[in-house]
Amino acid sequence: MTFPILTTLIALPIAGALALFGLRDEPRNEVVIRRFALIVSLLVLAEALLLWTRFDPASVDFQFTERHAWIPAFGITYALGVDGISLLLVVLTGFLTPLALLSSWGSVHRKMRAFCMAMLLLESAMIGVFLSLDLFLFYVFWDAMLIPMYFLIGIWGYGRRVYAAVKFILYTMAGSVLMLLAILGLAVLQHATTGAYSFDLLTLYDLDIPRSLQIWFFLAFALAFAVKVPLFPLHTWLPDAHVEAPTAGSVILAGVMLKMGTYGLLRFAFPLFPIASAYFAPYLATLAVIGIVYGALVAMVQPDMKKLVAYSSVSHLGFVVLGIAAMNTQSVQGAVYQMLSHGVSTGGLFLLVGMLSDRRHTRLIADFGGLKKVMPRFVAAFLLVTLASIGLPGLNGFVGEFLILLGAFSWNARLTALAATGVILSATYMLWMFQRVNYGPVDKEENARLEDLTPREWTVLVPIIALIVLMGVVPNLFLDPMRVSVEQLLDHVRQGAPVQIQVREQ
Amino acid sequence: MTLAALSAVVPIACVVAAGIAAMVAEAFRDPGERLPIGPLGAIGLGGALVASVLLWIRGGATSFGVVAADNFGLFVTFVILIAGLLSLAISGPVIERERLPLGEYYALMLFAIAGMILMAMATDLLVIFLALEVLSLGVYALTGIRRDSPASSEAALKYFLLGAFSSAFFLYGIAFTYGLTGSTRLDRVGGLLAAQAMSPTPLQLVALGLLLVGFGFKVSAVPFHMWTPDAYEGAPASVTAFMSSGVKAAAFAAFARVFLTAFEPLRPQWTTAVAVIAAATMILGTVVGVAQTSVKRMLAYSSIAHAGYLLVALVSANDEGKGAILFYLLSYAVTNIGAFGVIGLIGSLDRPNDQIRDYAGLWDRHPGLAALMTIFLLSLGGFPPLAGFIAKWYVFTAAMQAGQVGLAIIGVLTSVVSVFFYLRIVVMMYMTTPDVSTDAPARVSPVPRVAGVALLASALLVFYLGVLPAQVLDWAAASIGTIF
Repeated sequence: MTFPILTTLIALPIAGALALFGLRDEPRNEVVIRRFALIVSLLVLAEALLLWTRFDPASVDFQFTERHAWIPAFGITYALGVDGISLLLVVLTGFLTPLALLSSWGSVHRKMRAFCMAMLLLESAMIGVFLSLDLFLFYVFWDAMLIPMYFLIGIWGYGRRVYAAVKFILYTMAGSVLMLLAILGLAVLQHATTGAYSFDLLTLYDLDIPRSLQIWFFLAFALAFAVKVPLFPLHTWLPDAHVEAPTAGSVILAGVMLKMGTYGLLRFAFPLFPIASAYFAPYLATLAVIGIVYGALVAMVQPDMKKLVAYSSVSHLGFVVLGIAAMNTQSVQGAVYQMLSHGVSTGGLFLLVGMLSDRRHTRLIADFGGLKKVMPRFVAAFLLVTLASIGLPGLNGFVGEFLILLGAFSWNARLTALAATGVILSATYMLWMFQRVNYGPVDKEENARLEDLTPREWTVLVPIIALIVLMGVVPNLFLDPMRVSVEQLLDHVRQGAPVQIQVREQ
Repeated sequence: MTLAALSAVVPIACVVAAGIAAMVAEAFRDPGERLPIGPLGAIGLGGALVASVLLWIRGGATSFGVVAADNFGLFVTFVILIAGLLSLAISGPVIERERLPLGEYYALMLFAIAGMILMAMATDLLVIFLALEVLSLGVYALTGIRRDSPASSEAALKYFLLGAFSSAFFLYGIAFTYGLTGSTRLDRVGGLLAAQAMSPTPLQLVALGLLLVGFGFKVSAVPFHMWTPDAYEGAPASVTAFMSSGVKAAAFAAFARVFLTAFEPLRPQWTTAVAVIAAATMILGTVVGVAQTSVKRMLAYSSIAHAGYLLVALVSANDEGKGAILFYLLSYAVTNIGAFGVIGLIGSLDRPNDQIRDYAGLWDRHPGLAALMTIFLLSLGGFPPLAGFIAKWYVFTAAMQAGQVGLAIIGVLTSVVSVFFYLRIVVMMYMTTPDVSTDAPARVSPVPRVAGVALLASALLVFYLGVLPAQVLDWAAASIGTIF
């Protein structure tokens, strides 16, 4: 039997969280607890990177697959596997979790053990979502993930944290329960066709689903994922959750959890229901473009930095959905690339805002000004991450947006042109915020004595900055592993809906 | 009828023997003397459990006249016995604190359990009625056992009057059925109903309707749910735990048995009625639950909503639905007793501590109880990887398979609403600091060992049923083959 690398990836954080029960939750244990959690998350990262080195980018199949019967009477299996798309997202999760944990060292001092346990359990559930090849298993991870996030926001968040936490969990659940019914519907259809239940994704890929059912199932799946992305007009939970969550929570929310929506569209909604997805793609893209422009415009007027970054996520994720809706090689590769790069740069922005908030206990743009004179190193890092978020060529944001626009242009030039204005708008709101916070005179007395980056904060930011540059300069490092998988996915969708795709390509 | 057939009633006999022993012990007890009556009851239930396991292993439906120890009855018996054991374990601290009469309490509970088991195994309408009365009388008295508490007496009286009313309906239903078919045995009734010309006749529908009302009362389905919140709130928490799980299990077992065997020929007629009741029950239970400020009332409405999910499984009436009823009863019993057990431990003599705001800051005062309560509440809300999720998933699979998409949609949406009120308690426990200006809730005394072990066992079962449900699902599936 081969080493179950995917299972250990999921089990390691859970084991770490359980091991934390061995330490009493007392202030004097705080240092040990957070170091232990950090080490566990670093081990997960190491294992994710190991997975990457052993991954064969030329293979079209899911790799490292594990399959065990779980509930045999219903054909439910514990099925895990990784392809180029999920591989990179797992690495992203492994990369952001230790940074989020490290960032919390300065801000979380209450109930450290519970905090670390929630973070580790969350990591485990997120990795599980990306690795599941069984719809039932996927739904279990998808829903289970909400619980630790709910506690993270509700216990360690800011002012209106309870409202934000409850809104987050109810919104997401309301979106996903209908997906559960669609999953059950698929299994029942499979039962009617073959005489046996199955929740296995690869089996269901081959299921012939009538068009009318595809429409309903797709809507149910798309609703769940659209809430998560979030797609306009289902985004209203996001500003609350992001703003009230502790920094570590915001990093994970924006960095990884939003990607689950787009990952779900790509992995489940589009390939399972190709005819319906071809039918709905223009509508999805329209909502995405509205989200791009709307998110950017709303971001522009935000007085709160965290809220500004939150709305910028609505805008950036709109690009990803546009890329997925266009369903061609460039656009989908760009979408996956944008998912990664948004995780890194928005994660970075939340970390930076968190550092300011730790120092000043405010996140209002108006409370700052002239930071460049006080904390030059911080501002340098801030500038780089800001430029990455805007999509400056040479940094990570550019590659994804460019590929998406390139791919989407050949599909729907009008929508793409509108989407491109989002690039300009993002420069406006980001630079304007940057200017108000960092330039000008130091007109607030409290700002005059702010401490520049501490060694711990350097440790948090250096990996982000390194990755921002790396992703901008050698995009092929990240595009190569996903290339074959994306092609495979596109082939599958095209086969499923030959007529529509041909019409689209003329 | 051979002597071996008597083994079918051994589980009931064990429980009855323990009940009689409890009564005798109480009668001969010197004032102030402490007798281990609770453990005595546990031994009786343990004996019943062993007997049921042996009957299960022997396989085939052992039947003693109108009492059939088939797999269906045995599975429900397991649920009732587990519920009984857990309820006994969490009763200790409540009895001590409220100074309840020890012997009566346990004797009533044991007789009620015997009635429940009989109800799960009975295959004759009259025996079902008998069992219903045995369990009901026990539970009425338990509800009012806090004799010095007006709330408790009021709850008992309401429960008793409405229960007697529903029993009359039920008896009328049996009378009509007998009048139509000349029999009260379920298997004969089914055959005779199917054979009657011009079925369904109006009289058949009357009989069906009357029985439906009777069962509706017992499972607290809308619009026959009125007694539930008052009875749940007035009774001591350990009694509420017991009646919310045990009575529901026994009543649903008989409900399913009667409607899916004797009244199977009339299924097209009752499907619509039960579907409407199920939808109303789910919606009313959750929507009214949102407005509650008492945790016990809130869980009472949640119990109504859960009856709605069980009705969805009954309406679906396919193999999945029948199995889902059994699995749901088990997971609901384990979860709900856990939740009420925590409530019972948190209460104190001068304050019941059953208002939602009493739970503020419980995490700081008693992290273990807060964690257990969270597990139970999340399971009630249907979060994976807990028992409640698998149970709901099973019900909705059945509904989708039966084409009851509308009920499935109502079901999932109401379960989102229900998450809102379950989370209110979690918010209180973890995210709210107690209001110090008012009198701070009394310090929670340390958890008695037996109750603590019972709660821990419930939590572990909730995880077990949620993570590795395959074995129990197979047992549930094996239980329905024997009778339907």
